[in-house]
Amino acid sequence: MENIVSHHTDHHEEHEAHESIKIDGFWLFLVSDVLLFGALFATFIVLRTHYAEGPTSQDLFDVKEFTIETFVLLTSSFTSGLATLEMNKGHVKSLITWLIVTALLGATFVGFEIHEFSGMVSEGYKMSTSAFLSGFFTLVGTHGCHVSLGLIWMIGLIIQVARRGFTPVTERKLSIISLYWHFLDAVWIFIFTVVYLIGVM
Amino acid sequence: MKHIESRQASHGSTTSYIIGFVLSILLTILPLWLVVNHVLNRTALIVTIMIMAALQFLIQLLFFMHIRESEKPRYNVLAIILGIVFVITIVGGSAWIMTFNSQVQ
Amino acid sequence: MEPKFKISHFFIHGDPLILGADVSIGIATVMIIFVLTYFKKWKWLWKEWLTTVDHKKIGIMYVIAALLMLFRGGVDALLMRTQLALPNLKVLLSEHYNEIFTTHGTIMILFMAMPLIFAMMNIVIPLQIGARDVAYPFLNAISFWLFFFGAMLLNLSFVIGGSPNAGWVGYPPLSELQFNPGPGENFYVLAIQISGIGSLATGINFLVTILKMRTKGMRLMDMPLFTWSVLATSILIIAAFPVITVTMLLLFLDRFAGAHFFTMTHGGDPMMYINLFWIWGHPEVYIVILPAFGIFSEVTSVFSKKVTFGYTSMVVSMMLISFYAYFTWVHHFFTMGAGAGVNTFFAVSTMIIAIPTGVKVFNWLLTMYQGRIRLTEPMLWTIAFIPCFAIGGATGVMLSIAPADYQYHNSYFLIAHFHQVLIGGTVFGMFAGLTYWWPKMFGFKLNETLGRWAFWLWNIGFYACFMPQYALGFMGMTRRIYTYGWDMGWAPLNLISSIGAVIMGIAFLFQVWEIAYSVKYGERDTTGDPWDGHTLEWSLPSPAPKYNFAVLPEVHGRDAWWKTKEAKERGDYEEKKQELEPIHYPKNSGIPFILSVFFFIAGFGFTFEWVWMGALGLLGVAICLIVRSFQYDTDYYISVDEIKETEAALRGEV
Ligand code: HEM
Ligand SMILES: [Cu+2]
Repeated sequence: MENIVSHHTDHHEEHEAHESIKIDGFWLFLVSDVLLFGALFATFIVLRTHYAEGPTSQDLFDVKEFTIETFVLLTSSFTSGLATLEMNKGHVKSLITWLIVTALLGATFVGFEIHEFSGMVSEGYKMSTSAFLSGFFTLVGTHGCHVSLGLIWMIGLIIQVARRGFTPVTERKLSIISLYWHFLDAVWIFIFTVVYLIGVM
Repeated sequence: MKHIESRQASHGSTTSYIIGFVLSILLTILPLWLVVNHVLNRTALIVTIMIMAALQFLIQLLFFMHIRESEKPRYNVLAIILGIVFVITIVGGSAWIMTFNSQVQ
Repeated sequence: MEPKFKISHFFIHGDPLILGADVSIGIATVMIIFVLTYFKKWKWLWKEWLTTVDHKKIGIMYVIAALLMLFRGGVDALLMRTQLALPNLKVLLSEHYNEIFTTHGTIMILFMAMPLIFAMMNIVIPLQIGARDVAYPFLNAISFWLFFFGAMLLNLSFVIGGSPNAGWVGYPPLSELQFNPGPGENFYVLAIQISGIGSLATGINFLVTILKMRTKGMRLMDMPLFTWSVLATSILIIAAFPVITVTMLLLFLDRFAGAHFFTMTHGGDPMMYINLFWIWGHPEVYIVILPAFGIFSEVTSVFSKKVTFGYTSMVVSMMLISFYAYFTWVHHFFTMGAGAGVNTFFAVSTMIIAIPTGVKVFNWLLTMYQGRIRLTEPMLWTIAFIPCFAIGGATGVMLSIAPADYQYHNSYFLIAHFHQVLIGGTVFGMFAGLTYWWPKMFGFKLNETLGRWAFWLWNIGFYACFMPQYALGFMGMTRRIYTYGWDMGWAPLNLISSIGAVIMGIAFLFQVWEIAYSVKYGERDTTGDPWDGHTLEWSLPSPAPKYNFAVLPEVHGRDAWWKTKEAKERGDYEEKKQELEPIHYPKNSGIPFILSVFFFIAGFGFTFEWVWMGALGLLGVAICLIVRSFQYDTDYYISVDEIKETEAALRGEV
């Protein structure tokens, strides 16, 4: 009997070690994503004055719009942190609530971005207008795609947690998505600074 | 439930999230204000807002992503630092290398 | 939107070469299907291979795929050398010549060298560090299948749609829509993209495996040097591959969405592509050489019966190389004219990287010095590597002198340099590794006599092929020309070079023969330790059971297995009887394969700009990922009884 019990805890610990190792891998993924954005930033910076015949950044960016966007994403990063706190306390319901808030804020952010992009396109400023705009759409759009993927993923996770509650696996997944979400906010800070603020200077 | 208890100690508190949030807001508003009101000359302004962005990045890492709280050895800290060194190399290097372009054009 | 490519673009006609390829691919497919059906092997193929998550099997699949790609790339090479053997030949038209050097380079670097190092990593790393698997077995399977389908996508271009023709570096503006309206460059971009995701995942997987899954007692500084080399390579993969992903994405957007990153108009800048490409490209060449360094360290130590000389300096120099490799990329485009400051900086950084490389060469030599050397096949490859790499390194340093490079750049001197380091370094290294670990993979040794034939032919062929190319470079022959006149005076050296290439082709045939012969007659490895090895993989039976270690070993210091053997000999080895416990093991899964098929479909669709098909493929990918995310029952326990049975059978006790 004793033997069986000790086995059981062993398996349990093994399982947790297994889950924590996935978080390590995710950190490395984030580092590689940092490099991905690094290459996009490098391209944007090199091409940022290549307006060709197209509009300049001063013509395009609307301070009010990108400020709101920034605060929406920043707040969502905060609420996703609150969700993590609820997970640590073991409260499934409030965790899910905060995740939903986070997802809604994320969706608002994406909505703003789509609005911004479609406004530009409807004025005839497209990817093909100039190297500057190619760089802009690609850098900001890649970030937007990351956020959108995060949204889908978050919804999937909400369903999983609602069904299963807290297990080592769902907890690991929740930790990972919150890392991802904070990371996206961190990348946005640089888009905010390098693309928008310097752009309107 | 063991895993839940063991997490509790390590994943920050409401206060740390609030501090992080407030600092982030400040570090967003400040550069915005500086830029909109043209407070400094161009170069100084760029340097200042880049520093603030870097600070905010650090705040995300410390207060939200709890990078300090991983178990030792902290490979993830090492990895992030190495990543940042490489990113600075890519961005700075490319900008430097490609400046010839503006000379030629 | 009116689809740009119609079915009429699909099959290429009017060329006997391609018709021949079409026919032989058709026949081969039919034959494979027939054989599988006749011997009722479909189920076996699916259960044992296509769905496996076992790193050893994945490693073997990498070996097979890489050798096939070596064959394909080798045929390309022979075609080129035939065309260049004498002046004014018309074996290939100029367009075909362009296509063939493009696919040759892309295949050899990305679909031959990379999978071969992945093969070695997969087969060896968990065994060497006393682990039961890699950190993420499922992801590992995804990596393999993404590589595989990426490679298939590129190979398909030969018969469908037309091959890319802008070189393995794919420089714009030549690779842009304006000069390359066909689907060829799309194949290139998307194949690299798909396999690149897999490579990145492999980098992450092995870095975590090495950092987190080492067995009890193995500190970082106790790790075998091959493990260290894979650690260094993994860091470089994680740092470099995101950049090629971006580069290919931007080129794709130029071609597909009318962006202007690298175009000649609207402010685009082709030079930025070159810059980005080499930010990845230079680390990439070190990604493929570092594991070879690791293999040479293992081999010299085992076959000299000595511990590696200067272990610490070996580790330090590998880590330095993997760091510096990120700071030298401009040496590939000194001639772009970025100015004296830039060129000087990168010339010096390039020369610096030769120093740790030199340290390693001396360490290998000193490891062999006064050792009891056994000239087995792995050792032969290692010994041949050293002078070869010394020349390659020296010519590399010549190339790194920026002003001199204005002469050498894109001449045959450059071609000779990188073949010297890639063949003499990476390929010889992988041959050493393959022959060294072959018994561990399959349970039998490769035939030494045939191996020696292959070895000598490879070496003779290699020097005959590439030494003349240095001279040709000085004589003004530039890379990528498809023909030349008698008046240039290049004919004799080119002829020698082509003969050398044929000899290497024959050498490859000997290797095929060697493998085929050994399957039947090769010496069986019953001990699990045929070379009297030093590291943990040799403590296991060959081939190792799927869970590798029935009981995880505890090690103290370097060369753990050697120490154990010595202790046993001295008689002061006490075997700790450890209870067997059930082993946690991942279940096989079809998702990696299916997901990669969807990636392939998406890649194919976007290649022909059939958006519906691309979208369909991506949808399939998304569904696979979601299905996986909702799967919770992904592992099981191997029971103690099953372990006991397996172990008894392996040790011949049944
Ligand atoms: C000892 C260290 C090395 C030095 C100093 C060195 C230096 C160089 C330089 C300066 C070039 C550019 C020449 C030009 O384009 O004009 C070059 C090209 C190249 N090197 Fe090396 N190299 C070294 C080792 C290696 C290794 C180990 C590999 C691969 C295993 C390698 C593979 C290549 C390749 C593939 C190219 C040319 C690619 C192309 O343009 O298509 N090199 N090397
Ligand atoms: Cu290089």
